[in-house]
Amino acid sequence: MEKRKDLVVAALESGTVIDHIPTDKVFTIVQLLQLDKCTDQVTIGNNLESAKFGKKGIIKIANRFFSDAEISQLAVVCPNIRLCIIKDYEVVEKKQVTLPDELDNVVRCANPVCITNNEPMKTVFYVTDKVNGIMKCRYCGKEQHIENIKLV
Amino acid sequence: MSNRSIVSIADYSREKIQNLLDMAKEFEKAPNRRLLVGKVVATLFFEPSTRTRLSFETAANRLGARVIGFTDPKVTSSSKGETLKDTIKMVSNYADVIVMRHKLEGAALYASEVTDVPIINAGDGSNLHPSQTMLDLYSIYKTQGTLENLNIYMVGDLKYGRTVHSLLMSMRKYNPTFHFIAPKELEMPDEYKLYCKQNGIKYIEQTDFTEDTIADADILYMTRVQRERFTDLMEYERVKDAYILHANMLGKCRENMKILHPLPRVNEIEYDVDDSKHAYYFEQAQNGLYAREALICDVLGITLEDIRNDKTTTL
Repeated sequence: MEKRKDLVVAALESGTVIDHIPTDKVFTIVQLLQLDKCTDQVTIGNNLESAKFGKKGIIKIANRFFSDAEISQLAVVCPNIRLCIIKDYEVVEKKQVTLPDELDNVVRCANPVCITNNEPMKTVFYVTDKVNGIMKCRYCGKEQHIENIKLV
Repeated sequence: MSNRSIVSIADYSREKIQNLLDMAKEFEKAPNRRLLVGKVVATLFFEPSTRTRLSFETAANRLGARVIGFTDPKVTSSSKGETLKDTIKMVSNYADVIVMRHKLEGAALYASEVTDVPIINAGDGSNLHPSQTMLDLYSIYKTQGTLENLNIYMVGDLKYGRTVHSLLMSMRKYNPTFHFIAPKELEMPDEYKLYCKQNGIKYIEQTDFTEDTIADADILYMTRVQRERFTDLMEYERVKDAYILHANMLGKCRENMKILHPLPRVNEIEYDVDDSKHAYYFEQAQNGLYAREALICDVLGITLEDIRNDKTTTL
């Protein structure tokens, strides 16, 4: 019997496709969106050929649609990914993830003496420079760069 | 929640600052008034600060308010693990205004979000200290007759000195020229120099502190060079005496020049300066009383008009 050379991944009937993920960020996103706890079908591909980026990652999640808050979390991790919302096998909406003006409870403040690191409270960051990825803590005023951030 | 809280005055308009200065001026004329009879002012000092606390409590007392509070977090529930939110919520049931000092940055802003009772920030870590800034502004205004177009020389620890940072930001609308005089290790941080550039504030940096370099100053704002700020103690030994003001350095200074210092001083101003007509740091501390009376009234909705119409002065 001839060996099968490919496994067909079924097209999504309904759900979200996250595309153009940098290869080193795929599992961060898995963690961030808690896909390890997801009971619906999840397909994760990494190091796939991409005309634009060389290599990329892709995640397909059946029956999941993400809130704006979840999407802004993604923006912090990788600012250039794209979300396709699928309904009835059709792409009904494409969302280019961009840094929002404000990040509610996404980023942890790097300042150890900031009140947010010492009280059970939510963090708020204002994105002060979208081009260079600079964000400022609402509470202590300290700025940090998107590459150095830790998530809450 | 309460929009009357004073967490920072860095973004106050010129009108708002002028209004507070005018209120402080009224309180200087007559500090004892019955404007706050029946009100309770809470002073919550999660971090001890005798000077600031005494000033606020005196302000509240001279306005006829009663004062509750604590001076040391060890005696409160926060030492048992109570959150700041819970403490603020609890005190909000008792007080009409909460004056708070906390070692954590952003604590006052957070407190103002969890209660309807107005909060006055009496210092949150190395972040903000608006009542100190207000009394600095009042001292400058009172001695120079204006806040406009002044040469302000800041000397000593410009890196960690929260008072100089706050003063710098709140002066931006008044076309000042700053001179930053500090050792290399304690120079003005880049973020504040950037702030100056973005806001068109003129500044000159220098390391020399001599009779000649301070000759054009209108305000000489001295701060303490603390040993513990230095990573290199050799460097400390080298610079520690270079930023001490002596009376013999005042020969060429302007007639109107005044020396300010947030206090406590250790040795950065020689005692022979105290008798000079330029010395102003003790009066500056007294101005703190009037500035804080103005701030307490402001958060309680008492206006300049109310103060001018007030007939309860007990001079």
